[in-house]
Amino acid sequence: MKEFTGRVVAGGCVTAPALVSHGGLNTLASFQKALQFGDKKATCGDQNNPDLYGKPMAGTALCLPRTIGSTTGGLVLYCACAMKRQPACMLFSEPIDSLAAAGAILQDVWLSDSSMPVIDSLGEEFLRYVRDGMTVTVKENGVVTVG
Amino acid sequence: MLLTQEQQQILDGGKGQTMAKIMQTLVRYGELYHADAMIPVTGKYNHLVTSFGLKALTPVYELMDQLIAEGAVSGTKFTADPRPLDKNVPSSFLQDIIFNHFMYSKQDFYEEQLQKLGLMEKDAFTCTCYMDEVGNTPEKGDILSWSESSAVVYANSVLAARCNRNSGIIDLMGAICGFVPRFGLLTDEGRKATWIVEVRTTKKPEAQLLGSAIGMKVMEDVPYIKGLDKWLGTLDDEAKAYLKDMGAATASNGAVGLYHVAGITPEAVEQGEALICPDAKVYVIDDAELQRVYDSYPVIWKKKDATPKLCFMGCPHMSLHQLMDWTDRVEAGLKAAGNKKVVIPTVFTAAPAVIEKFNATPYAPRLKETGVILSYICPLMYMNNPLSAKMPVITSSNKLRTYTSARYYTDDEILAQITKGGN
Repeated sequence: MKEFTGRVVAGGCVTAPALVSHGGLNTLASFQKALQFGDKKATCGDQNNPDLYGKPMAGTALCLPRTIGSTTGGLVLYCACAMKRQPACMLFSEPIDSLAAAGAILQDVWLSDSSMPVIDSLGEEFLRYVRDGMTVTVKENGVVTVG
Repeated sequence: MLLTQEQQQILDGGKGQTMAKIMQTLVRYGELYHADAMIPVTGKYNHLVTSFGLKALTPVYELMDQLIAEGAVSGTKFTADPRPLDKNVPSSFLQDIIFNHFMYSKQDFYEEQLQKLGLMEKDAFTCTCYMDEVGNTPEKGDILSWSESSAVVYANSVLAARCNRNSGIIDLMGAICGFVPRFGLLTDEGRKATWIVEVRTTKKPEAQLLGSAIGMKVMEDVPYIKGLDKWLGTLDDEAKAYLKDMGAATASNGAVGLYHVAGITPEAVEQGEALICPDAKVYVIDDAELQRVYDSYPVIWKKKDATPKLCFMGCPHMSLHQLMDWTDRVEAGLKAAGNKKVVIPTVFTAAPAVIEKFNATPYAPRLKETGVILSYICPLMYMNNPLSAKMPVITSSNKLRTYTSARYYTDDEILAQITKGGN
């Protein structure tokens, strides 16, 4: 078991199985199909992401360096949260990019019944250590336990 | 972050709870990046990325309804990204059903919302809003609340306006509030280059390939590009179109929001190498490096040697100059190949206002004669569904390649394919 500390972008506590993307998450490409066709598991539709493609993202501790792609990214995350198809939490090894930041803040401010803790700046070691299926626990203060 | 009395009042609910939440959203966004203040948006017009009535984005339209109901509309008029549908673009019966009844079933509804929120005019849909014909061209130093990565990087780099890479919704909220948090590309420090890119190619590099190489290397950093002025000359229409395409590739293959080109872009002309940080890293791009990048693109077609069924040019939308130039090139290519019409269904895309201007030139009937279809559509939105993803589509857009299953070819290769055929 290992502990990492990051910055709290959107607060909350949660425990969930890890899902790891070593490359940037293309938010639109990953979520669009799931949101469009009512896939409650939010199966990743991004063919360019070998780590995630075809895997359910909803309810996972999504571990990633950053998000990439269209500037619709933030509103796509917002929609995933509004439609209850979001990851349990999003854990960034790098400082959060402006598109993911928008999604994290929008859901936190505008959706009263949504909770998706978001932590950033967890460091490269975090992404090297965490593996798919490991149990990840996020605490209010930005401490992330992986075991 | 230091707020003015007016801003604090909004945050405290002085203009209602909806405005307070908008301000809270922007303040939290800024605080993440250590913004020191909220500064006024000074651009005459805004630009939004969300132009499509995608059913999947229903929660966004509900939020828009909430804003409209509360009177929280944009303080400035705005343009928006291209429409996702055009009946002139080839599509199958099944695609038509999927597009019209499932994916974009909210298009009309959403366009009505945009009009209420402040759309510049009913056809103000393009990713190249900064074209003269469209009229949303920011002035140097303007503070913007735009989204659309290709438009943001163009506004910052070629026009020397100041804008961060905002997400959809944040773009609108900045315009409603009239303020944006000052950080990143809005600051002098954030506009300094942390990379030097040395272009050492033996011929003018393909814009889309050069942008891709730079984007993948520097990611979200600011590059200062040397050696490109030799190929571009001055910042004329041709160079602007080149930088549009190169910039879109840097922004989509990486996350570049600003680049400087020595001797060409306004800030590089004014400040020269003073724009480069002392510890900037160096990336040399020669012919071999461009080839390496080209060869690295995965072909994700199921049948890798499939005959292309469609070709898209114009992501981002083509300029008037490009439409004219390509008319000449397609005509010449067809003549050399002994063909009268393009052999692969081909769509050129441009802003409605650019198409209108083009249609008034003698080039328009000539292009039509070649069989090329001219459309205002967003190729990305056409491709973003399982049916289109299975089609073997070719393009010279590196942005389209990155986000969809479309296969990239250089301009010359595209020309050969659509006029002569063959892979």
